[in-house]
Amino acid sequence: MTAVTASLKDTDLTATDRIALRPRSVGRPLLYGALVLCALLTLLPFFWVVSGSLRGLDEIRSDPGAWLPRHVTLDNFVRLFRTEGFGRFLANSVLVALMVVIGNVVAASAAGYALAKLEFTGKRLAFGAVMAAMMVPFTTVFVTQFVITVDMGLADTLTGIALPGVALPLSVFIMRQYAQSVPDELLEAARIDGAGEFRIFFRIFLPLAGPAVATITIMSFLNSWNNFIWPLIVAQSTASYTLPVGLAATSQAAQHVTDYGLVLAGAIVVMLPVLVLFLFLQRYFVQGIAGSGMR
Amino acid sequence: MTTTLVPAARRRARNSRRTAVAWLFLAPFAVVFLLYTAIPTVAALGFSLTDLRGSDLRHPLAVDFTGLDNYLRLFQDPTFLRDILNTGVFVAVGVPLTMAIGFALAVALNSGIRRLRGVFRTVFFAPVVTNVVAVALIWQYAFNAGGTVNKALAHVGLAGPNWLDDPHLAMPVVILLGVWRNFGTAMVLFLAGLQAVPEDVYEAAALDGAGRWRQLRHITLPLLLPTTLMVSVLLTVFYLQVFDEPYLLTDGGPLGSTESVSLYTYHQFGSGQLGMSSAASFVMLLLVLLVSVVQFRLLRPRT
Repeated sequence: MTAVTASLKDTDLTATDRIALRPRSVGRPLLYGALVLCALLTLLPFFWVVSGSLRGLDEIRSDPGAWLPRHVTLDNFVRLFRTEGFGRFLANSVLVALMVVIGNVVAASAAGYALAKLEFTGKRLAFGAVMAAMMVPFTTVFVTQFVITVDMGLADTLTGIALPGVALPLSVFIMRQYAQSVPDELLEAARIDGAGEFRIFFRIFLPLAGPAVATITIMSFLNSWNNFIWPLIVAQSTASYTLPVGLAATSQAAQHVTDYGLVLAGAIVVMLPVLVLFLFLQRYFVQGIAGSGMR
Repeated sequence: MTTTLVPAARRRARNSRRTAVAWLFLAPFAVVFLLYTAIPTVAALGFSLTDLRGSDLRHPLAVDFTGLDNYLRLFQDPTFLRDILNTGVFVAVGVPLTMAIGFALAVALNSGIRRLRGVFRTVFFAPVVTNVVAVALIWQYAFNAGGTVNKALAHVGLAGPNWLDDPHLAMPVVILLGVWRNFGTAMVLFLAGLQAVPEDVYEAAALDGAGRWRQLRHITLPLLLPTTLMVSVLLTVFYLQVFDEPYLLTDGGPLGSTESVSLYTYHQFGSGQLGMSSAASFVMLLLVLLVSVVQFRLLRPRT
């Protein structure tokens, strides 16, 4: 994990860079050309959604596949926010994400700290369980998760949607890896001074764990915001739809009238918060994803 | 009073106190883990051995234990067998394609590109963080009969089909969405692997007159083997479980041509066949475990 984190810095100049700086690298314009082409292809869907969302209803009906709007209009966005339930979906998504992030940071940082820094009976078992949890497919557990959620009276509630996201094993793993890099001497010194474990955790470990907390915050937010199938199963009435579920439902309704403008505007609203966050906090996104490969 | 305890007993007391404190730290995670992973996994195995229906949920203990019946039915169900095949196609096409693109971009970004490198990396990684529902809608918009893709094809004189309604064309479009969403992950992992290759190896090779291709073949590829294995396992596990893309684009259609095993599980669940659904989901668990075991075997450092 640390190796990955360290090697993802922008400024790293590797040997290949240096070799490429020599005169022999004649293929450079070609390389840039290919990369630009790939980048444009990657961005194509983003272009479609922006261009489509800015076209009026009549334009989309008469020529759905046009690449550029003839008249740029924000009409779709206005109609979207007037669509019944849309504000509610947005608020639900925000609330669920908030619960997931807070719960996840609390649960994962405490568990990660214990797994890295405390000696106790059952430690190997606990760590094994965390690792095993990463391998259990969602497909395997969602039926029984749903039954349990119903039994607890949490079906069709935001808490029911948020709860499973709290125990994200990957967050625990990342926190544990991070905690291992905190020197034992620091904690030992505090213990000798008579500080209890909780005090050490809050006063010494957590303030040091900023980067790891940032990574799991981003990761659990991303998981919660983009999660689709679980909210789809738990939310039974539109009152508890999250944004992706609401958007999917809206689009099914809208497709009968080919109201793609509305659908694409909705797609932008769902995508935008994450993309903006991503632009600013790239490093933590990448660390979270890279962490998933480090198990 | 501690002074009166013998050392061993004192140690034991301190030990159990420490254990209690540690488990307090673990408690929030452990409770949710038990509720949402441990119990559901065991329960899914239990369900898979019964003929549980959605309507039985109020008194689940009254259902019949049917042993391995569900599994036997599963492997005689042409729908399930077709879905296994479909999932196999997702893996067989999706994994190599995603890896090849991710690897090529990682090598390109790691070889002499300094200007715009951060921009490129951001662009290529953006699909990974993009909401799948939103992208699926864009995909539908673009691959519609009168959609953007066909409009472009018309410019070069080709009549585009109705992609997602064609049993032969729907799968490639669904896989394309999966590849678009995942090659950024592969790229980042390969990039990390590439940057861990010691610099002087390349320098020595360059001094010996090895060109770019030979460096790639004889240094980069062999040293990147562990990364390659890891990425392939990660993606295999991912594509095995593919759900969002086929569900959102086609709901498994047309004519079941894009229905994956996960989607089968979901459809069984939707029609109230919880026993069958659980059995199918357990087959999925076994497949994922199998891949993971292979991963551990392959990645174990050789001594």
